[in-house]
Amino acid sequence: MELFFFIPIALLSVLLAFGVVFNKSPIGSAVSLIGMMLCLAGVFVIQSAHFLAILQVLIYAGAIMVLFMFVIMLLNLKTAEDTVWKAREHNTLLSVLTGFLVLGLVYKLVEIATDANFGPGMPVAENFGTTEMVGAKLFTDYVLPFEVASILLLVAMIGALVLAKTKTD
Amino acid sequence: MDMIPAPEIDLVSLAPVLVLSVFAMGVLILDLFIGKNKTILAYISIAGLVVSALCSFGHADLPVSSFNGAYVVDNFSIFFTFIFAISSSLAILLSINYNEQEGIKIGEYYALILFCTVGMILLCSSTDMIMIFLGIEIVSISLYILAGIRRTDQRSNEAALKYFLLGAFATGFLLYGMAMIYGATGTTKLAGISSTIVAGGVKSQAILLGGIVLLLIGFGFKVAAVPFHMWAPDVYQGAPTPITAFMAVGPKAAVLAAFYRVFADGFHGVAASWEMALMVVAVLSMFIGNLGAIMQTNIKRLLAYSSISHAGYLLIAIIARNSLGASSLLFYMLTYLFTTFGVFGIVIILGRKGNENLEMENYSGLGYKHPLLALSMAIFLLSLGGLPPFAGFVGKFYVFSAALQEGYVTLVVLAVLNSAISFYYYLKVIVYMYMTDQKVEFQPTLSPYALLVVAIAVLGTIQLGIFPGPVIALAQ
Repeated sequence: MELFFFIPIALLSVLLAFGVVFNKSPIGSAVSLIGMMLCLAGVFVIQSAHFLAILQVLIYAGAIMVLFMFVIMLLNLKTAEDTVWKAREHNTLLSVLTGFLVLGLVYKLVEIATDANFGPGMPVAENFGTTEMVGAKLFTDYVLPFEVASILLLVAMIGALVLAKTKTD
Repeated sequence: MDMIPAPEIDLVSLAPVLVLSVFAMGVLILDLFIGKNKTILAYISIAGLVVSALCSFGHADLPVSSFNGAYVVDNFSIFFTFIFAISSSLAILLSINYNEQEGIKIGEYYALILFCTVGMILLCSSTDMIMIFLGIEIVSISLYILAGIRRTDQRSNEAALKYFLLGAFATGFLLYGMAMIYGATGTTKLAGISSTIVAGGVKSQAILLGGIVLLLIGFGFKVAAVPFHMWAPDVYQGAPTPITAFMAVGPKAAVLAAFYRVFADGFHGVAASWEMALMVVAVLSMFIGNLGAIMQTNIKRLLAYSSISHAGYLLIAIIARNSLGASSLLFYMLTYLFTTFGVFGIVIILGRKGNENLEMENYSGLGYKHPLLALSMAIFLLSLGGLPPFAGFVGKFYVFSAALQEGYVTLVVLAVLNSAISFYYYLKVIVYMYMTDQKVEFQPTLSPYALLVVAIAVLGTIQLGIFPGPVIALAQ
């Protein structure tokens, strides 16, 4: 039953990922990326990590993609991107080296995946990955990282303002 | 629905962090109400750093572990907290006049230094991968901004952008490595990881080793060790000089502290598999750092390469991973703090608006025109090289003897050889100062703050070189 849902979703997400890379227009790439993010959210649902699935949709498919769209529209990347691609297109040495690197990585990954013994799976609690469970963990065991993250966000916000405000005093 | 149990919160352990965060936010708010002169913010920031450092003595019996094993206060973290407080204070003192001269009238500058220090304190006290990640990110993001704070200067922009892009990439490695280690051991706590590895409960050795490699890359980038050092010279050159000094000491020390905790405490069970990789990184850092420094004519780039080689020496302390290694790391960092701030202090004093006098030739004849400045510069450079009786020698001595105790003879021989190479370029600056004729008119900006930093640095360098005993006792 799980596979019945997993296979189409996984296939679709891989296809959409290829779509991001091969699409000619940046908007097309961005739309493919949204689709891929939604498919990943589907995979999380199948793994019964509901909270993660919701966050995936909210943050990646929502906030981050909107940001991407804004950047694409504001900067009108089309012409700039073409020149970058042209410069890289005929670099045979770079392509061959990267090819070797990828082949090596795939070889090693396959080797690891076939040899690895993960042992019997650990049973997870029934409420694992639910919003309630994540919330309880976040405010008890992980309360310090949760609070520290607020400092991180504050610093990032100050930074964005300092670097981007128009008045150069 | 069950009640969620109230978490155990140890505010005393967190006191330095809390105090400093409050001061940082206070600086941000006060900035709105004062005029163009931001000097008062510098004083408040220094006061915050002093109070915060004193707060680290909150616990009587050490070590105290809190927050479910994510945060620890021990002698190691208190010593580091003091190193951070001193280095940030010195950076702020150097900034007061520099900012006026270069027209940096941004109050957030001081707040960001304080926030960066918050990140550093968290980093040296964390015993949980999630906390280490958050600490590194707070430190890094503050530094990206501080490097690019001279918004009208092209080099500063270049530095910030380069640092940001490469740093974000390195963070990816770090996070992926942490995820893999979590997958292999089932915990993010260093104590848990260590006991799982020792007990043989690792799910997949391959995934654990993959995670360790990725962590090595991430940490290596953050401490600017070869081959992950490419950003350092450009960023050090482009960032405002006080920030360069700050970057070379505080954040590097913080990341090394986390590096030490993760590798020497967390992964000591599989030390045989990462030891060789770390040794290669250390040796390459020393050689490429020193040989790269020989080629430089710009003093900031020279110091950037020198700091790469010093990262190599410091990694030896992590490889040794004995109690002497930990205390030698602390002592070395303290000596490096004083000498580095001294050198950068003099660089700042000799610069003036529009011309920072960063080429080595500009130091020609300094010895006759300003003998005291030249003498202090010579002391710092010789200390960086590791000449007795200055502090740098004692620091190197302790690091090397920690490694010798564990039998890493080849490593120590290579390190000593590198110390000898490093004298070539440190002496080159001294030769320029004393043995060549004056080429440019010196117009030093003799600000009391920068002179104070240089005086503290001279005192520290000589004091730690001649009477290292009390501080070494503290570091143990």
